[in-house]
Amino acid sequence: MKLPIYLDNHATTRCDPAVVEAMLPYLTEVYGNAGSRNHAFGWAAQAGVDTAREQLADLIGADPKEIVYTSGATESDNLAVLGVARFYKDKGRHIITSNIEHKAVLDSCHALEKEGFEVTYLPVDSLGIITPAQVAEAIRPGTILVSIMHSNNEIGVVQDIAAIGAVCREKGVIFHSDAVQSLGKVPFDVTTMNVDLVSISAHKMYGPKGVGALYVRRGRPRIRLEPMMFGGGQERGIRSGTHAVHQIVGLGKAAELAKAAFTNGEVDRVRGLRDRLWSRLQAIDEVYLNGPVPGPSRLPNNLNASLAYCEGEAMMMAIKDLAVSSGSACTSASLEPSYVLRALGVEVELAHTSIRFGIGRFNTVEEIDYAAELVASKVTWLRDMSPLYDLVKEGVDLKSISWTAH
Amino acid sequence: MAYSNKVIDHYENPRNVGVLDKNADDVGTGLVGAPACGDVMKLQLKISDEGIIEDAKFKTFGCGSAIASSSLVTEMVKGKSIDYAASISNSTIAEELNLPPVKIHCSVLAEDAIKAAIADYQKKRAARAAVSEASSKT
Repeated sequence: MKLPIYLDNHATTRCDPAVVEAMLPYLTEVYGNAGSRNHAFGWAAQAGVDTAREQLADLIGADPKEIVYTSGATESDNLAVLGVARFYKDKGRHIITSNIEHKAVLDSCHALEKEGFEVTYLPVDSLGIITPAQVAEAIRPGTILVSIMHSNNEIGVVQDIAAIGAVCREKGVIFHSDAVQSLGKVPFDVTTMNVDLVSISAHKMYGPKGVGALYVRRGRPRIRLEPMMFGGGQERGIRSGTHAVHQIVGLGKAAELAKAAFTNGEVDRVRGLRDRLWSRLQAIDEVYLNGPVPGPSRLPNNLNASLAYCEGEAMMMAIKDLAVSSGSACTSASLEPSYVLRALGVEVELAHTSIRFGIGRFNTVEEIDYAAELVASKVTWLRDMSPLYDLVKEGVDLKSISWTAH
Repeated sequence: MAYSNKVIDHYENPRNVGVLDKNADDVGTGLVGAPACGDVMKLQLKISDEGIIEDAKFKTFGCGSAIASSSLVTEMVKGKSIDYAASISNSTIAEELNLPPVKIHCSVLAEDAIKAAIADYQKKRAARAAVSEASSKT
Protein backbone atom coordinates (compact mmCIF):
# COMPACT_ATOMS: atom_id res chain seq x y z
CA MET A 1 0.00 0.00 0.00
CA LYS A 2 1.33 3.41 -1.02
CA LEU A 3 0.93 6.57 1.05
CA PRO A 4 -0.65 9.08 0.84
CA ILE A 5 -3.99 7.49 -0.06
CA TYR A 6 -6.20 9.38 -2.49
CA LEU A 7 -9.76 9.69 -1.15
CA ASP A 8 -10.73 12.95 -2.84
CA ASN A 9 -12.38 11.56 -5.95
CA HIS A 10 -15.09 14.25 -6.01
CA ALA A 11 -12.39 16.85 -6.57
CA THR A 12 -10.78 14.96 -9.39
CA THR A 13 -9.82 11.43 -10.36
CA ARG A 14 -6.73 9.72 -11.63
CA CYS A 15 -6.78 9.24 -15.38
CA ASP A 16 -7.45 5.59 -16.11
CA PRO A 17 -4.42 4.03 -17.85
CA ALA A 18 -6.75 2.87 -20.66
CA VAL A 19 -7.78 6.50 -21.15
CA VAL A 20 -4.17 7.65 -21.38
CA GLU A 21 -3.43 4.87 -23.83
CA ALA A 22 -6.34 5.93 -26.03
CA MET A 23 -5.23 9.55 -25.97
CA LEU A 24 -1.54 9.19 -26.73
CA PRO A 25 -1.70 8.55 -30.48
CA TYR A 26 -3.71 11.74 -30.85
CA LEU A 27 -0.75 13.75 -29.60
CA THR A 28 1.87 12.11 -31.77
CA GLU A 29 0.45 10.50 -34.92
CA VAL A 30 -3.11 11.76 -35.30
CA TYR A 31 -2.36 15.41 -34.77
CA GLY A 32 -4.57 16.88 -37.47
CA ASN A 33 -7.18 19.57 -36.91
CA ALA A 34 -10.58 17.88 -36.85
CA GLY A 35 -11.82 20.85 -38.82
CA SER A 36 -9.50 20.16 -41.76
CA ARG A 37 -12.00 18.62 -44.12
CA ASN A 38 -9.72 18.01 -47.09
CA HIS A 39 -6.86 15.80 -45.97
CA ALA A 40 -6.19 12.54 -44.21
CA PHE A 41 -4.82 14.18 -41.04
CA GLY A 42 -8.06 16.05 -40.55
CA TRP A 43 -10.22 13.01 -41.31
CA ALA A 44 -8.34 10.87 -38.80
CA ALA A 45 -8.77 13.51 -36.08
CA GLN A 46 -12.44 13.88 -36.97
CA ALA A 47 -12.91 10.13 -36.65
CA GLY A 48 -11.51 10.28 -33.10
CA VAL A 49 -13.84 13.13 -32.21
CA ASP A 50 -16.81 11.28 -33.70
CA THR A 51 -16.08 8.02 -31.87
CA ALA A 52 -15.86 9.90 -28.58
CA ARG A 53 -19.18 11.58 -29.32
CA GLU A 54 -20.79 8.16 -29.75
CA GLN A 55 -19.20 6.82 -26.56
CA LEU A 56 -20.40 9.80 -24.55
CA ALA A 57 -23.90 9.78 -26.07
CA ASP A 58 -24.14 6.07 -25.31
CA LEU A 59 -23.40 6.71 -21.62
CA ILE A 60 -26.35 9.09 -21.19
CA GLY A 61 -28.78 7.68 -23.72
CA ALA A 62 -28.41 10.60 -26.11
CA ASP A 63 -27.94 11.02 -29.84
CA PRO A 64 -24.31 11.82 -30.72
CA LYS A 65 -25.51 14.97 -32.48
CA GLU A 66 -26.69 16.31 -29.12
CA ILE A 67 -23.19 16.43 -27.60
CA VAL A 68 -21.32 19.76 -27.52
CA TYR A 69 -17.70 19.56 -26.41
CA THR A 70 -16.47 22.16 -23.94
CA SER A 71 -13.40 22.83 -21.82
CA GLY A 72 -15.06 21.27 -18.76
CA ALA A 73 -18.10 21.38 -16.55
CA THR A 74 -17.62 24.99 -15.49
CA GLU A 75 -17.95 26.04 -19.11
CA SER A 76 -20.84 23.60 -19.61
CA ASP A 77 -22.73 25.02 -16.62
CA ASN A 78 -22.02 28.59 -17.72
CA LEU A 79 -23.07 27.86 -21.29
CA ALA A 80 -26.28 26.13 -20.22
CA VAL A 81 -27.41 28.85 -17.82
CA LEU A 82 -26.17 31.94 -19.64
CA GLY A 83 -26.83 30.48 -23.09
CA VAL A 84 -30.48 29.66 -22.38
CA ALA A 85 -31.14 32.89 -20.48
CA ARG A 86 -29.71 35.10 -23.19
CA PHE A 87 -31.38 33.22 -26.02
CA TYR A 88 -34.85 33.08 -24.45
CA LYS A 89 -34.79 36.43 -22.61
CA ASP A 90 -37.71 37.72 -24.64
CA LYS A 91 -39.78 34.76 -23.50
CA GLY A 92 -39.11 35.37 -19.83
CA ARG A 93 -36.53 36.40 -17.29
CA HIS A 94 -37.03 34.03 -14.40
CA ILE A 95 -34.72 31.15 -13.49
CA ILE A 96 -35.04 28.50 -10.79
CA THR A 97 -32.10 26.75 -9.18
CA SER A 98 -31.20 25.48 -5.70
CA ASN A 99 -28.92 26.83 -3.03
CA ILE A 100 -26.66 23.75 -3.11
CA GLU A 101 -25.70 24.02 -6.77
CA HIS A 102 -22.10 24.21 -7.86
CA LYS A 103 -20.65 27.73 -7.98
CA ALA A 104 -20.46 27.43 -11.77
CA VAL A 105 -24.27 27.53 -11.79
CA LEU A 106 -24.78 29.87 -8.83
CA ASP A 107 -22.30 32.48 -10.05
CA SER A 108 -23.78 32.32 -13.55
CA CYS A 109 -27.16 33.06 -11.95
CA HIS A 110 -25.65 35.95 -10.00
CA ALA A 111 -24.26 37.33 -13.27
CA LEU A 112 -27.73 37.10 -14.80
CA GLU A 113 -29.28 38.94 -11.85
CA LYS A 114 -27.05 41.85 -12.79
CA GLU A 115 -28.50 41.64 -16.31
CA GLY A 116 -32.02 41.98 -14.92
CA PHE A 117 -33.01 38.33 -14.54
CA GLU A 118 -34.77 37.09 -11.43
CA VAL A 119 -33.53 33.91 -9.81
CA THR A 120 -35.30 31.70 -7.28
CA TYR A 121 -32.89 29.70 -5.12
CA LEU A 122 -34.84 26.74 -3.80
CA PRO A 123 -33.96 25.70 -0.25
CA VAL A 124 -33.21 22.04 0.48
CA ASP A 125 -34.32 19.89 3.40
CA SER A 126 -31.97 18.58 6.08
CA LEU A 127 -30.75 15.84 3.74
CA GLY A 128 -30.23 18.18 0.80
CA ILE A 129 -33.29 17.07 -1.15
CA ILE A 130 -35.35 19.28 -3.48
CA THR A 131 -38.87 18.01 -4.19
CA PRO A 132 -40.61 18.15 -7.58
CA ALA A 133 -43.45 20.00 -5.79
CA GLN A 134 -41.04 22.78 -4.79
CA VAL A 135 -40.04 23.19 -8.41
CA ALA A 136 -43.67 23.13 -9.59
CA GLU A 137 -44.62 25.82 -7.08
CA ALA A 138 -41.72 28.04 -8.07
CA ILE A 139 -42.50 27.93 -11.79
CA ARG A 140 -44.44 31.00 -12.93
CA PRO A 141 -45.16 32.76 -16.20
CA GLY A 142 -41.79 33.96 -17.43
CA THR A 143 -39.80 31.04 -16.00
CA ILE A 144 -37.43 29.96 -18.77
CA LEU A 145 -34.98 27.63 -17.03
CA VAL A 146 -34.70 25.23 -14.11
CA SER A 147 -31.18 24.13 -13.18
CA ILE A 148 -30.89 21.41 -10.53
CA MET A 149 -27.83 19.19 -10.18
CA HIS A 150 -28.29 15.44 -10.30
CA SER A 151 -25.87 14.69 -7.48
CA ASN A 152 -24.05 16.98 -5.13
CA ASN A 153 -20.27 17.05 -4.92
CA GLU A 154 -20.10 17.58 -1.16
CA ILE A 155 -22.83 15.50 0.43
CA GLY A 156 -23.56 13.12 -2.44
CA VAL A 157 -27.32 13.67 -2.39
CA VAL A 158 -28.97 12.36 -5.56
CA GLN A 159 -32.07 14.27 -6.64
CA ASP A 160 -35.17 12.79 -8.25
CA ILE A 161 -34.28 14.35 -11.57
CA ALA A 162 -36.82 12.30 -13.55
CA ALA A 163 -39.71 13.70 -11.49
CA ILE A 164 -38.33 17.26 -11.53
CA GLY A 165 -37.80 16.91 -15.29
CA ALA A 166 -41.39 15.75 -15.74
CA VAL A 167 -42.63 18.88 -13.95
CA CYS A 168 -40.51 21.10 -16.21
CA ARG A 169 -41.62 19.25 -19.35
CA GLU A 170 -45.26 19.58 -18.40
CA LYS A 171 -44.88 23.30 -17.79
CA GLY A 172 -42.76 23.86 -20.88
CA VAL A 173 -39.67 25.03 -18.99
CA ILE A 174 -36.15 24.10 -20.09
CA PHE A 175 -34.40 21.81 -17.61
CA HIS A 176 -30.63 21.72 -17.06
CA SER A 177 -28.87 19.27 -14.76
CA ASP A 178 -25.24 19.09 -13.73
CA ALA A 179 -24.47 15.36 -13.79
CA VAL A 180 -20.73 15.69 -13.27
CA GLN A 181 -20.60 13.59 -10.10
CA SER A 182 -23.15 11.02 -11.27
CA LEU A 183 -21.69 9.55 -14.42
CA GLY A 184 -20.34 6.08 -13.84
CA LYS A 185 -21.75 6.06 -10.29
CA VAL A 186 -25.53 6.25 -10.66
CA PRO A 187 -27.55 5.59 -13.84
CA PHE A 188 -28.29 8.67 -15.91
CA ASP A 189 -30.47 8.76 -19.00
CA VAL A 190 -31.56 11.94 -20.74
CA THR A 191 -34.77 10.45 -22.08
CA THR A 192 -36.21 8.80 -18.99
CA MET A 193 -35.03 11.73 -16.86
CA ASN A 194 -36.62 14.41 -19.04
CA VAL A 195 -33.56 16.65 -19.12
CA ASP A 196 -32.79 19.13 -21.86
CA LEU A 197 -29.23 20.12 -20.96
CA VAL A 198 -26.63 18.10 -19.05
CA SER A 199 -23.18 19.16 -17.87
CA ILE A 200 -20.45 16.56 -18.11
CA SER A 201 -16.80 16.57 -17.02
CA ALA A 202 -14.08 14.10 -18.03
CA HIS A 203 -11.78 14.45 -15.05
CA LYS A 204 -14.42 13.43 -12.52
CA MET A 205 -14.76 10.06 -14.26
CA TYR A 206 -11.13 9.02 -14.76
CA GLY A 207 -10.61 11.11 -17.88
CA PRO A 208 -8.30 14.07 -18.48
CA LYS A 209 -8.74 17.56 -17.04
CA GLY A 210 -9.63 20.40 -19.37
CA VAL A 211 -12.44 18.75 -21.31
CA GLY A 212 -16.15 18.24 -20.81
CA ALA A 213 -19.40 18.41 -22.69
CA LEU A 214 -22.87 19.81 -22.65
CA TYR A 215 -25.73 17.64 -23.80
CA VAL A 216 -28.17 19.86 -25.71
CA ARG A 217 -31.52 18.33 -26.67
CA ARG A 218 -32.21 18.56 -30.40
CA GLY A 219 -35.82 17.53 -30.61
CA ARG A 220 -39.01 17.71 -28.56
CA PRO A 221 -38.13 20.29 -27.50
CA ARG A 222 -35.21 21.64 -29.48
CA ILE A 223 -33.04 23.76 -27.20
CA ARG A 224 -31.29 26.83 -28.54
CA LEU A 225 -28.38 28.59 -26.87
CA GLU A 226 -26.65 31.92 -27.25
CA PRO A 227 -22.96 30.98 -27.65
CA MET A 228 -20.22 32.34 -25.39
CA MET A 229 -17.32 31.51 -27.70
CA PHE A 230 -17.17 32.79 -31.25
CA GLY A 231 -14.88 31.82 -34.10
CA GLY A 232 -14.64 28.79 -36.34
CA GLY A 233 -18.21 27.63 -35.83
CA GLN A 234 -17.31 24.22 -34.40
CA GLU A 235 -19.96 22.24 -32.52
CA ARG A 236 -22.80 23.57 -34.66
CA GLY A 237 -21.72 27.10 -33.86
CA ILE A 238 -22.63 26.66 -30.21
CA ARG A 239 -19.01 26.38 -29.12
CA SER A 240 -16.31 27.60 -31.46
CA GLY A 241 -12.69 26.62 -30.97
CA THR A 242 -10.41 23.97 -32.41
CA HIS A 243 -11.29 20.59 -31.00
CA ALA A 244 -8.89 19.40 -28.30
CA VAL A 245 -8.81 16.06 -30.07
CA HIS A 246 -6.68 14.08 -27.62
CA GLN A 247 -8.73 15.40 -24.67
CA ILE A 248 -11.99 14.57 -26.42
CA VAL A 249 -10.76 11.06 -27.22
CA GLY A 250 -9.93 10.68 -23.52
CA LEU A 251 -13.40 11.89 -22.56
CA GLY A 252 -14.92 9.31 -24.90
CA LYS A 253 -12.85 6.46 -23.51
CA ALA A 254 -13.67 7.58 -19.95
CA ALA A 255 -17.37 7.52 -20.84
CA GLU A 256 -17.06 3.99 -22.20
CA LEU A 257 -15.41 2.87 -18.95
CA ALA A 258 -18.03 4.74 -16.90
CA LYS A 259 -20.78 2.78 -18.62
CA ALA A 260 -18.94 -0.48 -18.02
CA ALA A 261 -18.70 0.38 -14.29
CA PHE A 262 -22.35 -0.61 -13.87
CA THR A 263 -21.86 -4.10 -15.28
CA ASN A 264 -18.30 -5.02 -14.32
CA GLY A 265 -18.84 -4.75 -10.57
CA GLU A 266 -17.04 -1.42 -10.07
CA VAL A 267 -20.05 0.50 -8.75
CA ASP A 268 -20.89 -2.23 -6.23
CA ARG A 269 -17.28 -2.59 -5.15
CA VAL A 270 -16.91 1.15 -4.55
CA ARG A 271 -20.21 1.21 -2.65
CA GLY A 272 -18.91 -1.66 -0.52
CA LEU A 273 -15.77 0.32 0.32
CA ARG A 274 -17.81 3.39 1.25
CA ASP A 275 -20.14 1.30 3.45
CA ARG A 276 -17.13 -0.33 5.09
CA LEU A 277 -15.59 3.08 5.87
CA TRP A 278 -18.86 4.44 7.22
CA SER A 279 -19.44 1.42 9.46
CA ARG A 280 -15.97 1.95 10.98
CA LEU A 281 -16.41 5.68 11.46
CA GLN A 282 -19.86 5.24 12.94
CA ALA A 283 -18.26 3.30 15.76
CA ILE A 284 -16.55 6.53 16.91
CA ASP A 285 -18.38 8.61 19.54
CA GLU A 286 -20.19 11.71 18.21
CA VAL A 287 -19.70 11.28 14.50
CA TYR A 288 -22.56 12.67 12.44
CA LEU A 289 -23.40 11.87 8.83
CA ASN A 290 -24.04 14.86 6.58
CA GLY A 291 -26.56 14.17 3.81
CA PRO A 292 -28.77 11.13 3.19
CA VAL A 293 -28.08 7.72 4.69
CA PRO A 294 -26.24 5.45 2.26
CA GLY A 295 -28.88 4.26 -0.20
CA PRO A 296 -30.54 5.32 -3.45
CA SER A 297 -30.49 9.01 -2.49
CA ARG A 298 -26.73 9.09 -2.04
CA LEU A 299 -23.82 8.62 -4.43
CA PRO A 300 -22.24 5.21 -3.77
CA ASN A 301 -18.75 6.71 -3.58
CA ASN A 302 -19.50 9.58 -1.21
CA LEU A 303 -19.18 9.92 2.55
CA ASN A 304 -19.38 13.20 4.43
CA ALA A 305 -19.30 13.19 8.20
CA SER A 306 -18.75 15.66 11.01
CA LEU A 307 -16.23 14.50 13.59
CA ALA A 308 -17.47 16.65 16.46
CA TYR A 309 -14.89 18.71 18.43
CA CYS A 310 -12.19 18.09 15.80
CA GLU A 311 -11.78 21.12 13.55
CA GLY A 312 -11.62 20.05 9.89
CA GLU A 313 -8.34 21.59 8.86
CA ALA A 314 -6.59 20.31 11.96
CA MET A 315 -8.00 16.87 11.20
CA MET A 316 -6.71 17.01 7.64
CA MET A 317 -3.25 17.90 8.95
CA ALA A 318 -3.45 15.04 11.41
CA ILE A 319 -4.40 12.54 8.72
CA LYS A 320 -1.99 13.84 6.14
CA ASP A 321 -1.53 10.33 4.75
CA LEU A 322 -5.10 10.63 3.47
CA ALA A 323 -6.16 13.08 0.77
CA VAL A 324 -9.66 14.18 1.76
CA SER A 325 -11.44 17.52 1.94
CA SER A 326 -13.34 19.49 4.56
CA GLY A 327 -16.23 21.91 4.77
CA SER A 328 -14.36 23.77 7.49
CA ALA A 329 -13.91 27.49 7.07
CA CYS A 330 -10.21 27.11 7.72
CA THR A 331 -9.78 25.22 4.48
CA SER A 332 -11.39 27.95 2.44
CA ALA A 333 -10.19 31.41 1.58
CA SER A 334 -13.50 32.93 2.65
CA LEU A 335 -13.34 31.77 6.30
CA GLU A 336 -16.94 30.64 5.91
CA PRO A 337 -17.83 26.99 6.34
CA SER A 338 -19.39 25.08 3.44
CA TYR A 339 -22.51 26.74 2.03
CA VAL A 340 -23.87 23.32 1.13
CA LEU A 341 -23.73 22.09 4.74
CA ARG A 342 -25.21 25.37 5.92
CA ALA A 343 -28.07 24.99 3.42
CA LEU A 344 -28.87 21.61 5.00
CA GLY A 345 -29.09 23.33 8.36
CA VAL A 346 -25.96 21.61 9.69
CA GLU A 347 -24.93 23.65 12.72
CA VAL A 348 -21.98 25.83 11.97
CA GLU A 349 -20.00 24.21 14.82
CA LEU A 350 -20.42 20.83 13.14
CA ALA A 351 -19.81 22.19 9.65
CA HIS A 352 -16.33 23.18 10.85
CA THR A 353 -15.64 19.54 11.69
CA SER A 354 -16.85 17.95 8.45
CA ILE A 355 -14.68 15.67 6.36
CA ARG A 356 -15.57 14.47 2.88
CA PHE A 357 -14.33 11.13 1.59
CA GLY A 358 -14.61 10.41 -2.13
CA ILE A 359 -13.93 6.76 -2.88
CA GLY A 360 -12.84 5.78 -6.36
CA ARG A 361 -12.04 3.08 -8.87
CA PHE A 362 -8.48 2.65 -7.67
CA ASN A 363 -9.07 2.41 -3.91
CA THR A 364 -8.60 -0.90 -2.10
CA VAL A 365 -10.01 -2.53 1.03
CA GLU A 366 -6.58 -2.23 2.62
CA GLU A 367 -6.58 1.54 2.03
CA ILE A 368 -10.06 1.94 3.50
CA ASP A 369 -9.12 0.00 6.63
CA TYR A 370 -5.97 2.07 7.04
CA ALA A 371 -7.98 5.28 6.59
CA ALA A 372 -10.62 4.29 9.14
CA GLU A 373 -8.03 3.37 11.74
CA LEU A 374 -6.04 6.56 11.20
CA VAL A 375 -9.14 8.76 11.48
CA ALA A 376 -10.24 7.02 14.67
CA SER A 377 -6.85 7.48 16.33
CA LYS A 378 -6.60 11.14 15.31
CA VAL A 379 -10.11 11.88 16.56
CA THR A 380 -8.93 10.72 19.97
CA TRP A 381 -5.75 12.80 19.69
CA LEU A 382 -7.59 15.99 18.71
CA ARG A 383 -10.33 15.53 21.29
CA ASP A 384 -7.69 15.14 24.00
CA MET A 385 -6.57 18.59 22.91
CA SER A 386 -10.06 20.05 22.56
CA PRO A 387 -11.44 22.28 25.34
CA LEU A 388 -14.91 21.70 23.92
CA TYR A 389 -14.75 17.96 24.37
CA ASP A 390 -13.67 18.49 28.00
CA LEU A 391 -16.61 20.81 28.62
CA VAL A 392 -19.07 18.37 27.08
CA LYS A 393 -17.65 15.51 29.16
CA GLU A 394 -18.12 17.69 32.25
CA GLY A 395 -21.77 17.97 31.27
CA VAL A 396 -21.60 21.60 30.17
CA ASP A 397 -23.99 22.59 27.39
CA LEU A 398 -21.77 24.48 24.91
CA LYS A 399 -24.74 26.63 23.96
CA SER A 400 -24.99 27.91 27.56
CA ILE A 401 -21.59 29.58 27.30
CA SER A 402 -21.50 33.14 26.02
CA TRP A 403 -18.73 32.84 23.45
CA THR A 404 -16.85 35.82 22.14
CA ALA A 405 -17.40 35.71 18.40
CA HIS A 406 -14.47 37.10 16.48
CA MET B 1 -2.52 25.54 3.58
CA ALA B 2 1.23 25.87 3.22
CA TYR B 3 2.49 26.22 6.76
CA SER B 4 5.98 26.94 8.05
CA ASN B 5 7.94 24.10 9.59
CA LYS B 6 7.51 25.78 12.95
CA VAL B 7 3.72 25.63 12.75
CA ILE B 8 3.90 22.00 11.70
CA ASP B 9 6.31 21.21 14.56
CA HIS B 10 4.08 22.87 17.17
CA TYR B 11 1.00 21.23 15.67
CA GLU B 12 2.45 17.74 15.51
CA ASN B 13 4.25 17.99 18.86
CA PRO B 14 2.16 20.46 20.82
CA ARG B 15 3.81 21.66 24.03
CA ASN B 16 1.98 21.88 27.35
CA VAL B 17 -1.35 20.37 26.40
CA GLY B 18 -3.39 19.81 29.53
CA VAL B 19 -5.38 21.37 32.30
CA LEU B 20 -4.63 23.08 35.61
CA ASP B 21 -7.15 23.25 38.48
CA LYS B 22 -9.38 26.12 37.42
CA ASN B 23 -10.61 26.56 41.00
CA ALA B 24 -7.11 27.05 42.43
CA ASP B 25 -6.40 30.59 43.66
CA ASP B 26 -3.13 30.81 41.77
CA VAL B 27 -4.52 29.65 38.41
CA GLY B 28 -5.94 32.03 35.85
CA THR B 29 -8.05 30.59 33.02
CA GLY B 30 -8.74 32.25 29.70
CA LEU B 31 -11.35 30.76 27.35
CA VAL B 32 -11.59 32.70 24.10
CA GLY B 33 -13.02 32.22 20.64
CA ALA B 34 -16.25 30.50 19.65
CA PRO B 35 -17.14 27.06 18.32
CA ALA B 36 -19.17 28.72 15.56
CA CYS B 37 -16.05 30.54 14.36
CA GLY B 38 -14.11 27.29 14.27
CA ASP B 39 -11.65 28.04 17.04
CA VAL B 40 -11.71 28.04 20.83
CA MET B 41 -8.60 28.37 23.00
CA LYS B 42 -8.33 27.62 26.67
CA LEU B 43 -5.13 28.86 28.27
CA GLN B 44 -4.36 28.35 31.94
CA LEU B 45 -1.54 30.05 33.83
CA LYS B 46 -0.29 29.11 37.30
CA ILE B 47 1.06 32.34 38.78
CA SER B 48 3.19 32.84 41.91
CA ASP B 49 2.56 35.61 44.43
CA GLU B 50 5.52 37.41 42.87
CA GLY B 51 3.68 37.46 39.53
CA ILE B 52 5.82 34.82 37.85
CA ILE B 53 4.14 32.29 35.55
CA GLU B 54 5.19 28.93 36.96
CA ASP B 55 3.19 26.75 34.62
CA ALA B 56 1.07 27.09 31.50
CA LYS B 57 -1.31 24.61 29.88
CA PHE B 58 -3.59 24.84 26.91
CA LYS B 59 -6.35 23.07 25.07
CA THR B 60 -7.46 24.28 21.67
CA PHE B 61 -10.19 23.44 19.19
CA GLY B 62 -9.16 24.95 15.92
CA CYS B 63 -7.05 24.70 12.83
CA GLY B 64 -3.38 23.84 12.75
CA SER B 65 -2.23 27.41 13.23
CA ALA B 66 -4.59 27.93 16.19
CA ILE B 67 -3.12 24.89 17.90
CA ALA B 68 0.43 25.99 17.03
CA SER B 69 -0.21 29.54 18.30
CA SER B 70 -1.48 28.22 21.64
CA SER B 71 1.42 25.82 21.98
CA LEU B 72 3.90 28.60 21.22
CA VAL B 73 2.51 31.03 23.80
CA THR B 74 2.69 28.44 26.57
CA GLU B 75 6.41 28.16 25.83
CA MET B 76 6.85 31.93 25.63
CA VAL B 77 5.24 32.74 28.96
CA LYS B 78 6.54 29.96 31.18
CA GLY B 79 8.95 31.35 33.78
CA LYS B 80 8.17 34.92 32.74
CA SER B 81 6.37 37.68 34.60
CA ILE B 82 2.71 38.41 33.97
CA ASP B 83 3.73 41.89 32.83
CA TYR B 84 5.86 40.36 30.11
CA ALA B 85 3.11 37.89 29.16
CA ALA B 86 0.56 40.69 28.92
CA SER B 87 2.89 42.55 26.57
CA ILE B 88 3.05 39.74 23.97
CA SER B 89 1.33 40.99 20.86
CA ASN B 90 -0.32 38.97 18.14
CA SER B 91 2.23 40.19 15.61
CA THR B 92 5.04 38.65 17.65
CA ILE B 93 3.23 35.32 17.57
CA ALA B 94 2.40 35.62 13.87
CA GLU B 95 6.00 36.48 12.99
CA GLU B 96 7.44 33.73 15.14
CA LEU B 97 5.26 31.16 13.36
CA ASN B 98 5.39 32.86 9.97
CA LEU B 99 1.60 32.61 9.72
CA PRO B 100 -0.03 33.21 6.35
CA PRO B 101 -2.23 36.37 6.28
CA VAL B 102 -5.48 34.39 6.36
CA LYS B 103 -4.39 32.86 9.69
CA ILE B 104 -3.46 36.07 11.53
CA HIS B 105 -6.68 35.82 13.55
CA CYS B 106 -5.25 32.70 15.24
CA SER B 107 -2.43 34.79 16.69
CA VAL B 108 -4.96 37.43 17.80
CA LEU B 109 -6.85 34.71 19.61
CA ALA B 110 -3.66 33.55 21.34
CA GLU B 111 -2.93 37.11 22.52
CA ASP B 112 -6.52 37.37 23.79
CA ALA B 113 -6.14 34.06 25.61
CA ILE B 114 -3.09 35.32 27.55
CA LYS B 115 -4.87 38.54 28.52
CA ALA B 116 -8.01 36.67 29.53
CA ALA B 117 -6.05 34.22 31.71
CA ILE B 118 -4.21 37.06 33.46
CA ALA B 119 -7.45 38.99 33.97
CA ASP B 120 -9.07 35.90 35.51
CA TYR B 121 -6.09 35.48 37.87
CA GLN B 122 -6.20 39.15 38.86
CA LYS B 123 -9.93 38.98 39.48
CA LYS B 124 -9.42 36.02 41.80
CA ARG B 125 -6.57 37.86 43.58
CA ALA B 126 -8.68 40.99 44.04
CA ALA B 127 -11.55 38.92 45.40
CA ARG B 128 -9.16 37.16 47.80
CA ALA B 129 -7.72 40.50 48.93
CA ALA B 130 -11.20 41.88 49.52
CA VAL B 131 -12.13 38.84 51.60
CA SER B 132 -8.99 39.03 53.74
CA GLU B 133 -9.41 42.79 54.21
CA ALA B 134 -13.02 42.29 55.29
CA SER B 135 -12.05 39.56 57.74
CA SER B 136 -9.17 41.66 59.22
CA LYS B 137 -11.61 44.52 59.94
CA THR B 138 -13.97 42.36 62.00
